[in-house]
Amino acid sequence: MKREVVGAHYGLRDWIAQRVTAVIMVVYTVLILSVVAGLPQTDYGHWKVLWQTPLVRYASVLFMASLLLHAWIGMRNIVMDYIKDAALRLTLYVLVIGALLGYAMWSVQILWGR
Amino acid sequence: MSRPRPKYLNLIQIRLPVPGLVSILHRASGAMLFLLLPFLLVLFELSLESAQAFARFKEVFSYWAIKLVVLGLAWAYLHHLCAGIRHLALDLDYGTELGAARASSWAVLAISIVLTLGVGVLTW
Repeated sequence: MKREVVGAHYGLRDWIAQRVTAVIMVVYTVLILSVVAGLPQTDYGHWKVLWQTPLVRYASVLFMASLLLHAWIGMRNIVMDYIKDAALRLTLYVLVIGALLGYAMWSVQILWGR
Repeated sequence: MSRPRPKYLNLIQIRLPVPGLVSILHRASGAMLFLLLPFLLVLFELSLESAQAFARFKEVFSYWAIKLVVLGLAWAYLHHLCAGIRHLALDLDYGTELGAARASSWAVLAISIVLTLGVGVLTW
């Protein structure tokens, strides 16, 4: 009998997503650290202007979006590995997704608010 | 030959090889970053709220307990980042020989600790 073990078909997509988002976050980290290090002064004025710069805002949103997806895949893998009870596992998935979506909206609000 | 199953591993007796240590720390640091993300967002929000809030944001760092948490998070971020770069290299088939894999694991551990100390020196 020929059997194929095919899994749930999301393996490769997640594998790629985890790496693409990782590279985006590394690039962002290096860039934002050099920009912050290049500030003439770390006072409120310079700090505020930095985060209001359109390029910084959009790059930060891209970073947060990457972080969301990356953290979801990572946390899902951890939960999948250690939590054997299906009900608890699904509950944790929902909590992780809810938290991450909340953090996404929160960070957009921080970047655009006030 | 039959071995008794299931096999329960004693976590305290296990001696992980260095790549295994880097691997589990990669996972642990990732979980830690996820769990403490709201803490970072609170700090970030505080820093941008107003000039007074920014002053309070700076003041918050004078508490050694907060410094310690931030330093712990800096280590988690740096370790996760270095281990991730090593992972990308392994994906591209660089450093997959045992010797190289062990050496790069030591490098990840060392570089992330040195960078964390650097962060500590800069922020203290």
